[in-house]
Amino acid sequence: MSTEALTVQRVTSHALGALQSFVVRYGLGIAVVIAWEYAARKAGSIFFPPPSEILHRAAVLWLSGPPARLFLSDSVFQDVLPSLLRVLGGWALAVAVGVPLGVLIGRSRSLSDFVNSTLQFLRAIPGPALIPVFIILLGTESTMRVTLIAFGSVWPILLNTIEGTRTVDPLQLDTAQAFRLPRYARLWRVVLPAALPKIFAGMRVSLSLAVILMVVSELVASTSGIGYRIQHAQIMFLLTDMWCGIVLLALLGYTLNWLFLKFEDRVLGWHRGARGRTVAS
Amino acid sequence: MFWDGTAVRAAGPSRHNGAAVLTVENLHHAYTPEQVVTSHVTFDVKAGEIVSIVGPSGCGKTTLLKALAGLLKPTGGTIKFQGKIVQGVPDGLAMVFQEYGRSLLPWATVNGNIELPLRYQSITPDECRRRVAESLQAVDLSGFGERYPWQLSGGMQQRVAIARALAYQPKLLLMDEPFASVDAQTRADLEDLVAAVRDRYGITIVLVTHDIDESVYLSDRVIVLSRPPSTVLAQIDIDLSRPRDQIKTKAMQQFVDKRTAIAQMIKRPIAG
Repeated sequence: MSTEALTVQRVTSHALGALQSFVVRYGLGIAVVIAWEYAARKAGSIFFPPPSEILHRAAVLWLSGPPARLFLSDSVFQDVLPSLLRVLGGWALAVAVGVPLGVLIGRSRSLSDFVNSTLQFLRAIPGPALIPVFIILLGTESTMRVTLIAFGSVWPILLNTIEGTRTVDPLQLDTAQAFRLPRYARLWRVVLPAALPKIFAGMRVSLSLAVILMVVSELVASTSGIGYRIQHAQIMFLLTDMWCGIVLLALLGYTLNWLFLKFEDRVLGWHRGARGRTVAS
Repeated sequence: MFWDGTAVRAAGPSRHNGAAVLTVENLHHAYTPEQVVTSHVTFDVKAGEIVSIVGPSGCGKTTLLKALAGLLKPTGGTIKFQGKIVQGVPDGLAMVFQEYGRSLLPWATVNGNIELPLRYQSITPDECRRRVAESLQAVDLSGFGERYPWQLSGGMQQRVAIARALAYQPKLLLMDEPFASVDAQTRADLEDLVAAVRDRYGITIVLVTHDIDESVYLSDRVIVLSRPPSTVLAQIDIDLSRPRDQIKTKAMQQFVDKRTAIAQMIKRPIAG
């Protein structure tokens, strides 16, 4: 076989491999959308518009703005952006509180015994049940919603940080001690990195919790946000608009998770490598 | 008996100058009142010596080493390092653990692992870089500094752990069964590496091992512990000439005799 033929063959097999992996990854999703489109058209129900109609309506709702604003419509700034900021704000607050508190509790046996049952009790409170309380305490503005999101999503971060910092390999701590690392260095250079995989797992769970809590909080006493839009559309019988909001939420959750995984890959590359190695050997 | 500590104590090899850097007196440790691990362990280690501690399994070798390192507070007796009573990890001491895979930090590169203890010493960044490079060279791992420990083989990882200890420039190096988890060939190479390191840097080395051949081959002196509650059964000077050779030294009658004597002591249930 000539070199060109070999090259062609290699390129073809490479393309086939890429196609195969694409089908494996996204095939099911595409099939579901096609089936949905077909079934919705066939049924013709106003409650279940086909995806193509939802997509078209979504473009009108959010991408009909002036070119100077990247075609983003007012609704993006009135609803989508506030929702996004609430999610990120509440989640960031949860991280900022959960990680330091978790390290403190995880590294102190007595403190952990002292607070454990209380934490388990508080954690059992469903976040949405506190909305009435938070409305009384904090009003109906974003502060209330961000606080609710933070309260509801702090638990996975806090508990994972406690668990992660408590279960650091004693040999790593012995090593740090044998080489006379000062206390802060043991915490910063050994305990925290060792706990990071668990902390990140907690952060990821709490990110999706934050999205859920954002929507729930916007269903109550609200005047803006994606959750508010969905409910408003339902009351006004704008069912396609309602579906647009739901699809947008799914897209938002998916994107946030994807971005977080990219971030995790950068920070915890060593963990995947080390774990892969142990599994392989 | 010929292995009686006091009787065989001939003048040791000339490398060590005779001053004791480490003295252990009447060391006693019990995890619970019923579970006494060591009782009345007494010995000293001279500057520049390589001393091995052997004994039947469960005789508290690792406990003893942890106490020497200041990682564990013994229930009785005193340990002095450079004339000062050990309370907490003393300055000038480094440790190599058996489980290199767990003692090296997986999130740091080889360089990062070696550098970490140095960051908190009062040395300049230049000096730090020089020491990292030099210690990696000493264990023949130059060029692997940017790798992660888990990308290396077991033997290489243990060499990184040794390099980390060397870069720290300790007076006393404690090794807890350092070569128990590597294959035979790597083990032989690492043994020779330790001997070479001692010759080059003049570090005092105390090593715990369950391998009698290794203890005789490496050491200037072997300390034999009894079954728990353990005491020092014998101290045996190993005056085999240096440099030693994995094949020739181990074939010498003198080597075989010492090995046999120690093996019998560990095997036979002799009351301490």
